[in-house]
Amino acid sequence: MNPISKPDFTPVPELRKMQLAKLQKLIPYEYEHVALFRQRCDEKGVKPRDLVTLADLAKFPFMKKTDLRDEYPLGLTAAPMHDIVRFHCSSGTTGKPICIPSTQGDLDIWSEGAARCLAMYGITQDDVVQVSYGYGLFTGGLGAHYGAERLGCAVLPTGAGNTEKQIMLMQDLGVTVICCTPSYFLHLATVAEKMGIDFRRDTKLKHGVFGAEPWTDEIRERIEQISGITAHDIYGLTEIAGPGVAGNCQHCHGLHIWEDHFYPEIIDPDTLEVLPDGEQGELVFTTLDRLGTPMVRYRTRDISRLQTGECPCGRTMRVMDRIHARSDDMLIIHGVNVFPSQIEACLMKVPEVAPHYMIDLSSTDTMDRFEIKVEVTAEAFSDDIRALEGLRRRVLDAVKSVVGLSPKITLVAPGSLPRSEGKIKRVIDNRRK
Amino acid sequence: MTIKQLSVFLENKPGQLAGIMKTLAEADVNIVTLSLANAPEFGIVRMIADDHVKGADALAKAGYAVRETEVVAVTVPDRPGGMADLTAKLDRAGVDIEYSYAYSLGHGEKAILVFRFDDNAKAEAALAAEQT
Ligand SMILES: [Zn+2]
Repeated sequence: MNPISKPDFTPVPELRKMQLAKLQKLIPYEYEHVALFRQRCDEKGVKPRDLVTLADLAKFPFMKKTDLRDEYPLGLTAAPMHDIVRFHCSSGTTGKPICIPSTQGDLDIWSEGAARCLAMYGITQDDVVQVSYGYGLFTGGLGAHYGAERLGCAVLPTGAGNTEKQIMLMQDLGVTVICCTPSYFLHLATVAEKMGIDFRRDTKLKHGVFGAEPWTDEIRERIEQISGITAHDIYGLTEIAGPGVAGNCQHCHGLHIWEDHFYPEIIDPDTLEVLPDGEQGELVFTTLDRLGTPMVRYRTRDISRLQTGECPCGRTMRVMDRIHARSDDMLIIHGVNVFPSQIEACLMKVPEVAPHYMIDLSSTDTMDRFEIKVEVTAEAFSDDIRALEGLRRRVLDAVKSVVGLSPKITLVAPGSLPRSEGKIKRVIDNRRK
Repeated sequence: MTIKQLSVFLENKPGQLAGIMKTLAEADVNIVTLSLANAPEFGIVRMIADDHVKGADALAKAGYAVRETEVVAVTVPDRPGGMADLTAKLDRAGVDIEYSYAYSLGHGEKAILVFRFDDNAKAEAALAAEQT
């Protein structure tokens, strides 16, 4: 075992003691340096010394993405600029960006988290790691990069884009691990196929480390099936640390959270009450060690669950459910709550459908239109109009049985939907608000 | 005679057919004949080209879903009842016509039609047998 994985197995009593000790340092630090936090604590009548047990964390106020926007750029920064060594920013879809300044210590913890994920996936110093996440303000590229370097891997920092060249380098350098978004990997696979390259035969690729966008088990199966690699899930978010907050082991159906650094809670998003382990709700994180921009009870908007029971791998770090749904992603169509991930899961059950689709919502004079465009695979295209019509029908039935709505299903040619090199946009909502 | 046909998936949006034709023109492929089949939400364009291998290659490279399929070219006797005789033969042999379109219409001579049968080989055998 790589020594970097040692903390994964910290005995639970020791872990809880460590978390409490870290929180008892973090809360006063945050109270002293961040005005918004202090003001909210005072409004609630809660003082840092009220944190006596881990459960007392529930007395403290939440932070939200809107706080990061409102306090942009440096309002939530606790450390002096003297100690800040890097900024990451994310623009999001609406207006103002958020900015997360980090100290060297913050970056070290993040790299450790990413390295522990890679080690858990079975990646070692002997691996050649291609980082095809975007580099820059986005945390994906640099997060995976420093994590892989920390583990001692040979890193190929291609970034996103220039796909044909990426495939050439992958072959020439004997790349064994690729880190990118699942949608970019699918794009890469399409381009490779066009170039006549078979991942199994022509590359040494064994592992894919995928994150930055929610993806379903069905897409994971597709990826493994077309490429022969093992697809691993890495979780992170800019507000907390980028990729490397949690990852899956070979046993669990979920992701071990590195809760010695990132303390998780699950809350009811309506009542804001903390829910016991085993119940589903909104995932909330507190950064236990971060000094640049600490986050106390940050509401991720991700829907998950902290699983109960022990994982056969022996890691003591709690397992969260894979993120299938981000509460921000929920669509209300004809009064029904629909998650794009539900639709994705339906589509992937139809083998003739390529893993590329687009949900298109618009308004006519009288009503909302709900259309799903799906690519047929080149292999599935037949000269027979009835077969294609039957395929369209099966796609419709699959969606209808799960979401209870009958969207218009449009079959489109393979490769005709837009591809993305970063996070993919699968929903176009042009409805009148 | 069995000949190769190119079938291309057609999305239900303007400019699709023009794009296919442009791709083939740029590849210097000549279209001998074509036929459009439409379902409510998509279509298939079927073509006989002078060089179907080059045509299929150019279309696939341009990102179209293309398939090479086999069809049967049949000469229809240019006289009253010519078509009736032909269909009667096929009927006796128990083959179904999935679709058909004109391959070339000679001026006052013979018409050649392209057929896709549920069983091309059986249809060809039936037509050949009764000719002799
Ligand atoms: Zn485990």
